[in-house]
Amino acid sequence: MTAAVGRRRVPPWPLVRQVLHRSATSLKRIPAGIIPVIVMPIFFTVAFSGTFSGLTELPGYPTDNILNWMIPYACLQSASFAALASAFSLGRDLEGGFYDRLLLAPAPRWTVPTASILWAMIRALLPLTITLTLGVLGGMTFPGGLAAVWWLAVGSFSVAALGSLWGLGVMYRVQRQSAGGLVQIGLFVVMFLSVGTVPLDLQEGWLPYVARWNPVTYILDMARTGFIGTPEWSAIWPGLLAVAVGGALLAWWAERGWRRLVP
Amino acid sequence: MKVPVGPQLAALSRRAVLRFARQPSSWAPATIFPLLLVAVNSSAMARVAEIPGVVPPGTTFLMFLLPAAIVQGVLFGGINGGSELATDIQGGFFDRLVASPVSRPAILLGRLAGAVAFGVFQAVFFQLILWPFGAQVVAGPAGRATLVVSAAVLSLGVGSVAAGLAARTGQPEAVQGFFPLLFILLFLSSAFFPTQLMSGWYQVVAEHNPITWMVDGMRTLVLEGWSWSAAIAAVGVPAAVCVVGMLFATRQLDRRLAVAS
Repeated sequence: MTAAVGRRRVPPWPLVRQVLHRSATSLKRIPAGIIPVIVMPIFFTVAFSGTFSGLTELPGYPTDNILNWMIPYACLQSASFAALASAFSLGRDLEGGFYDRLLLAPAPRWTVPTASILWAMIRALLPLTITLTLGVLGGMTFPGGLAAVWWLAVGSFSVAALGSLWGLGVMYRVQRQSAGGLVQIGLFVVMFLSVGTVPLDLQEGWLPYVARWNPVTYILDMARTGFIGTPEWSAIWPGLLAVAVGGALLAWWAERGWRRLVP
Repeated sequence: MKVPVGPQLAALSRRAVLRFARQPSSWAPATIFPLLLVAVNSSAMARVAEIPGVVPPGTTFLMFLLPAAIVQGVLFGGINGGSELATDIQGGFFDRLVASPVSRPAILLGRLAGAVAFGVFQAVFFQLILWPFGAQVVAGPAGRATLVVSAAVLSLGVGSVAAGLAARTGQPEAVQGFFPLLFILLFLSSAFFPTQLMSGWYQVVAEHNPITWMVDGMRTLVLEGWSWSAAIAAVGVPAAVCVVGMLFATRQLDRRLAVAS
């Protein structure tokens, strides 16, 4: 799709490229922005695999290497932080008026939120690399070979995109940077109420009932499938379905918020 | 005319407590997140209690996590309480206080009263809200009271460290930057998981972390019953943090006042 400027049709990609370039530049110029991208994956990896290393002693735990279980979780948590950072940037642009200027650009308007989502996904690449490197250094194994990394990457980018859509919806409605706290709470809750630390079969009480309905559970299963054995289609298709359904619902949520901003 | 310190301290403490209570952004995350973590971990890791030696027979993993909830909430609340001093400095209220005939210790202690009141509230609130779900304290009322005292002293200690940072930098953002460090220290302890099930360097670090000593003291009261050594650990470690924090805060406050005058 293109936008019309006079008689010329303007392609969407130059604006997307410029927004991505600006985001990358601001990441370099604001050190506080880069710290969570680097520190949080390290923290999640060390904290989850260090604190909960004894979980492998539970009868029925799917792996005897805690890194194989926790690295995908740390990766997806970090991807959700990439989405959060994208939401914060959006809030800053909305508050400062830069977003209004972006909307006046001679390009289709849908390119502006698309650039936010793409940036969150690109940003998720950094924690993915960091956590995998830490995992390899710590003794993580790859029973699924390269396919393990592929499905982990699919899971990470999906969480970044879905989290970003959630953040867009909140920010378009509130239009304040301070709404980042609300975005964070939503992401934290959905990540924690899943099979992050312990598989569904070993959970007790109320949590398994909630985790069973949480799309992140299935995305995590997909991301982990190559690390606890050979990748299995039975673990992959529910994850892809969760991404598709979650993506559709969150896109609707973001679009409704967008309509409030741009009637 | 010289105004006695007591009424000054009472007035500044009242202001700090009211200000803290009126700002949900200061206390809501420090109350909600510990409860969320306890709710999730007690359900996700309930079977850890079946591993021999983790908890005494007849107790649950929720009881194991009760001290973690209190300490986590108090750590984060203490930082918020201390960073309020930075807000006062940034907003100019601190300069007005310094220009008035208010005593210097009252400025610091009055500001930290909000953090202490919140620490007490959290210790009571977490015990009450988790009680119906089975979070008993085997040491009884004396144990429950010790948990509250420990929380109060810890919030004063963490609050004073945060206040020291506030006096040094004058920026709430700089004080809030202390938060990730505390979170890491909390994870590198026995707060969420028993150290005997950890391994390697992580276990060594966790066993030598003062937060572990404090949490283990509180945990003994919750899981095993009254013990003087546990009560001393539960209150002594935060008391040591308090002494160091107060010295640091007083020094930084003196430094700021010297620069101002």
